[in-house]
Amino acid sequence: MSIASQPPVLRLSGITKRFGPLVANDAISFELERGEVIALLGENGAGKTTLMNILFGHYVADEGSVEAFGQPLQPGDPRAALDAGIGMVHQHFTLADNMTVLENIALGTQSLWLPRLDRAVARLRIEQLSADFGLAVDPAAVVSSLSVGERQRVEILKALYRDARILILDEPTAVLTPAETDALFRTLKLLVAKGLSIIFISHKLHEVMAVSDRVLVLRSGRLAGERATAATDRKELAALMVGQEVKPAEVTAVEPGDALLVLDTVSTGRRNGAALDGVSLTLRAGEITGLAGVSGNGQAALAALLAGTESPIAGTVVIGGRQIGDWSPKAALGHGIARIPEDRHAVGTIGDMSVTENVIAERYASPRFSRMGFLDWKAARNFAEQIIADYDVKCPSPEARIRLLSGGNMQKLILGRALDPEPSVILASQPTRGLDVGAVAYVHRMLLAARQRGAAILLISEDLEEILALSDRIVVMSKGRLSSPSARGERSIRELGELMAGHGEEGAKDAA
Amino acid sequence: MDAFEILFTASFWVAAIRIASPLIFATMGELICERAGVLNLGIEGIMTAGAFAGWFTVYAGGDLWTGVLVAALAGAMFGLLHATLTVPLSLSQHVVGIGVTLLATSLTYFTYRLVLPEVTSPPKIEPFQPLPIPGLSQIPLFGEALFSQTPLTYLAFVTVAVVAWVLYRTPVGLAVRAAGENPSAVEAQGISVTGIRMGAVMVGSALMAVGGAFLTMSAFNSFFFEMINGRGWICIALVVFGSWRPGKALLGAILFAAFDAYQVRLQQLSGGIVPYQVFLMMPYALSILALILVARRATYPKALMIPYQKGER
Repeated sequence: MSIASQPPVLRLSGITKRFGPLVANDAISFELERGEVIALLGENGAGKTTLMNILFGHYVADEGSVEAFGQPLQPGDPRAALDAGIGMVHQHFTLADNMTVLENIALGTQSLWLPRLDRAVARLRIEQLSADFGLAVDPAAVVSSLSVGERQRVEILKALYRDARILILDEPTAVLTPAETDALFRTLKLLVAKGLSIIFISHKLHEVMAVSDRVLVLRSGRLAGERATAATDRKELAALMVGQEVKPAEVTAVEPGDALLVLDTVSTGRRNGAALDGVSLTLRAGEITGLAGVSGNGQAALAALLAGTESPIAGTVVIGGRQIGDWSPKAALGHGIARIPEDRHAVGTIGDMSVTENVIAERYASPRFSRMGFLDWKAARNFAEQIIADYDVKCPSPEARIRLLSGGNMQKLILGRALDPEPSVILASQPTRGLDVGAVAYVHRMLLAARQRGAAILLISEDLEEILALSDRIVVMSKGRLSSPSARGERSIRELGELMAGHGEEGAKDAA
Repeated sequence: MDAFEILFTASFWVAAIRIASPLIFATMGELICERAGVLNLGIEGIMTAGAFAGWFTVYAGGDLWTGVLVAALAGAMFGLLHATLTVPLSLSQHVVGIGVTLLATSLTYFTYRLVLPEVTSPPKIEPFQPLPIPGLSQIPLFGEALFSQTPLTYLAFVTVAVVAWVLYRTPVGLAVRAAGENPSAVEAQGISVTGIRMGAVMVGSALMAVGGAFLTMSAFNSFFFEMINGRGWICIALVVFGSWRPGKALLGAILFAAFDAYQVRLQQLSGGIVPYQVFLMMPYALSILALILVARRATYPKALMIPYQKGER
């Protein structure tokens, strides 16, 4: 029997899943061959994760069936999926942080009613798998002490430990540095060489092009297209994903102006995770400063500092030529700093309050929205309607609770709220995280327009592509310290990656 | 005898260990529930129910160990109620816990009145008798304190060892700890989070009930109203004090019991100059102090009090 005539390892037939009126998956069918890497490409909300959760038994499909290795797979039971040789590396790791690597991997692999967990057997097997697949990790380490990259290796080991033949990776690179991503891709190649089949979920086109043999594009729950990777390009895939051609935001040259905000050797406490350690930074009018870095290296502290929720414990902050004294969120707003927070659900909006209430949340006490201590609801509502119209926000009404809006629409409201007073300094923290391609382009255009107008913008992002596309200058944060700034195009992705990994400027030069 | 010498009398330590025993059972029970991610505020009521169920079984003619078993079963049933409401139905663990405490307490008093309508003073049973272990109980002070207790006290110490072994050395213990830390880790490995959590709450509740039964079947010999007297709440604090670890929680229980035994003896020494309420207050005041000192750095199970819905994240 030739290889080509082997049956597929996985066959999905007509999978449909509804959540109320929303059709998350609409009659999706595809097959996965042995030793093949399929990329499942789609915007957020296209139904990629739902589909994989059905496959793995977290959800039960309303219609359709799954066959693994020619056998029908019992729906709604992760154990059945595991037993059938399907392993899943979830986007949000499913690890117990207080337990060791070994315990996490062994969990559920031995009968629950054994009087004793056999650690020796588990350790041997983990060490064997680590060596075979280049997944270095100490079995005795407690998970909370591991880096994100190491945790992902543990997740992959968990699947391999159970003899997975099909590995599903849900947005595996979202949390990795470029070097860790490269290491992951090497591991995937090894796995495929040993006959495993892989489903790689992503919305990043360059990664899809780099690792897959075949690309399935999902759009609004439907299979919008299927291409052999070798026979397609990023442009075509992007168009399939969005349903129309996407024009990237254009950057026009702007002469940088005055320094609007200057940090001079500022340090902070640890209230927001990693602390700032002697950070100096100048934000100029008409300039976007991009801050790259692996999350958890002090970006949150810097964002909190500019937003006014964190005060410096050392160093000075000068805004518009004057050194700041008492520092608070109110003072930050008063100094003309606009904020696009990293977490729009937890910090950027109050989910159970209306759109109107949310858009005036930063300025409800200003004369525009209140008179003698009473809110002027008419002005507030007008303001909300104006933002909804100007920013093309899709929402039922200004009275709708904001948590019912999609991420993209929520972000547009936050943008409208932040940009309306024509701020001199804009803090944009992960402004496009979780947004689809269309919304990303929109956010980028708005930030570039603000730059054109003469605002100084700090763009904090884990998406290096975004940083490279928008920033006039790039700084890299690692362990609470900032690298020296580099102009557009001055440092390569690899150099930036070295800086992100904390190898310092010497390490970056060596890599170059 | 002065206040310091008390600490070197065997009778003081015998009393401390006896007072600690019901706390040890119930603390282990609460610890198991919380390790699986469920705060069980039903503890006070479940202890009351256990105290009555065990005692009444013996009063009605059962033997002592049957009484312990019946108490455990009664506890497990209230645990099942608590778990059904909090685990698959995801109701607020606070509200359900307080509800279970009120229900179990009232149901117990009601049953007592129902089965003993004419009784004015609570009837007595023949409780567990001290069972000195030959040799070991001859060791001065601590030997005497630890090894001249009733069989139920020995069982309390064995329970701590078993709980520690199960939590840290067995596959099911691994699953329990993971369910309290990150339930999606449990589900992703093909184990039912609902099953693990419900099982843990039932086993934990059974231990709480045995803790209650210790009072009527070993410490005293009859059942009366209000006899649990806040011990359940103390056990909740002891779990925090012990940073959710069985060994440290055991130490906490003994420490609290020692304070309690000590204040009784101080009352006798003070000769009535200081109001006795001040002494009664002492173990609780010291517990708060100990919590402040010890528990601030405690790392609690991350999924504690967070209901888990399958497929949701």
